[in-house]
Amino acid sequence: MYATNYAKATSLEDAVAKLKSSEDGKFLGGGQTLLATMKQRLAAPTDIIDVTKIPELQGISVEGGKVVIGAATTHSQVAASKEIASAIPALAELAGTIGDPAVRNMGTMGGVLANNDPAADYPAAALALDATIMTTRGEHAAADYFTGIFETALEEDEIITKIAYTIPKKAAYEKFRNPASRYSLCSVFVALLDDGPRVTVTGSGNDGVFRVTEMEEALKANWSPDAVRSIAIDPATMLADIHGSAEYRAHLVPVLAARAVAKAG
Amino acid sequence: MSEVKLTVNGRAVTRDVEDRTLLVTLLREHLGLTGTHVGCDTSQCGACTVHIDGHAVKSCTVLAAQVDGSEVVTIEGLADGASLHPMQEAFRTHHGLQCGFCTPGMIMMGIDIVQRHSSLDEETIRKELEGNICRCTGYHNIVKAIKAAADDMAVGTPSMAAE
Ligand SMILES: Cc1cc2nc3c(=O)[nH]c(=O)nc-3n(C[C@H](O)[C@H](O)[C@H](O)COP(=O)(O)OP(=O)(O)OC[C@H]3O[C@@H](n4cnc5c(N)ncnc54)[C@H](O)[C@@H]3O)c2cc1C
Ligand code: FES
Ligand code: FES
Repeated sequence: MYATNYAKATSLEDAVAKLKSSEDGKFLGGGQTLLATMKQRLAAPTDIIDVTKIPELQGISVEGGKVVIGAATTHSQVAASKEIASAIPALAELAGTIGDPAVRNMGTMGGVLANNDPAADYPAAALALDATIMTTRGEHAAADYFTGIFETALEEDEIITKIAYTIPKKAAYEKFRNPASRYSLCSVFVALLDDGPRVTVTGSGNDGVFRVTEMEEALKANWSPDAVRSIAIDPATMLADIHGSAEYRAHLVPVLAARAVAKAG
Repeated sequence: MSEVKLTVNGRAVTRDVEDRTLLVTLLREHLGLTGTHVGCDTSQCGACTVHIDGHAVKSCTVLAAQVDGSEVVTIEGLADGASLHPMQEAFRTHHGLQCGFCTPGMIMMGIDIVQRHSSLDEETIRKELEGNICRCTGYHNIVKAIKAAADDMAVGTPSMAAE
């Protein structure tokens, strides 16, 4: 690890002030991505400002058809939450598939959404459940928030405070993981909201997480695995790497979507 | 520099460390607790697993300053004098180790797994061990040991030292 300055922020104002007065600072969540990135010198912030103890980033509540989760909530806390398990079981289940137990004990929801790794899991839930990403500068609808691989609508000094997910009528997540990294190779989140079905894919898109509107239309007419099974995805829109070709990933989407619809019931 | 105050295996420690100091570096190099191993240094292998406030974390991917104020338990903190923790005893009885490099992490994770599940079957143990890699044993005996320890710990035989 190369030299850096660490500070624990006590409030949102404190965190933003510390970031602004640093030469090249970055916020720190659970560190499960940032610290590894720093070890590899892919990031070299002069200062890291820990936001995980800030009061506004804590807590899980269910209010007005939404589940509202503090950005510093760890994946373990989401996976173990009774409120989340009863309101959106698919979200609690998704959290339990992230990495491994030790990673889940440190990694936070805010960290995943700020990082927007194309293979991360929460982006699929956020986009499918019309989540609102609440920050120190206001709010972002999930539809406008994910702007590309490792790219989001966040400004440098903007902190995610809470994430509000719409409680669906039903939902399911089908994760096809890379067995070595345990990230998503291709995963599909399906949900039935009041205004219709949602199908989102993570791990596979050229631009990160995306919706499959053709599948959504098909499910609107007929909510059944058969409705999505034969809808083809264009490999030109898919990522390709040593773990899977674009054609392979394109093939997986309808397979996993059908399984997810079956699981949602 | 940061002043880091921790309780490590029941003992209060205070150290001034560079901000970049990883928890595993503090444990091994500043406190001489070399039972916690570094296998990969990239949060993949789990050899560095310790407990922070009762939960398993990979100490190669946590700054000491990040966990200032917490209670840390390492493999050295498990035995009660000469009597091994049931998880350690089970690894011995069931031959859950060969070279022993992954073992401290496996044991710390094993305890975390048992604490989170009221009943444990083999499939659950295997799934829960996904962040701990062993290059020697093929896992069978590790899984057996954790299952046996879970049964022992459930009937509350030897007390859980320092937990
Ligand atoms: C072995 C391993 C396996 C993993 N497997 C998976 C997986 O299967 N699926 C998955 O989705 N993820 C996986 N991860 C990533 C894990 O979920 C991380 O927790 C996550 O990517 C980052 O969260 P963090 O809290 O650790 O953030 P950090 O690493 O601390 O920060 C990540 C980025 O987010 C920024 N940030 C953090 N919090 C905030 C905030 N509140 N507001 C604004 N910016 C913020 C930081 O500045 C940084 O740029 C894995 C990680 C490891 C090490
Ligand atoms: S050394 Fe920490 S996970 Fe391998
Ligand atoms: S016993 Fe050698 S790595 Fe596990």
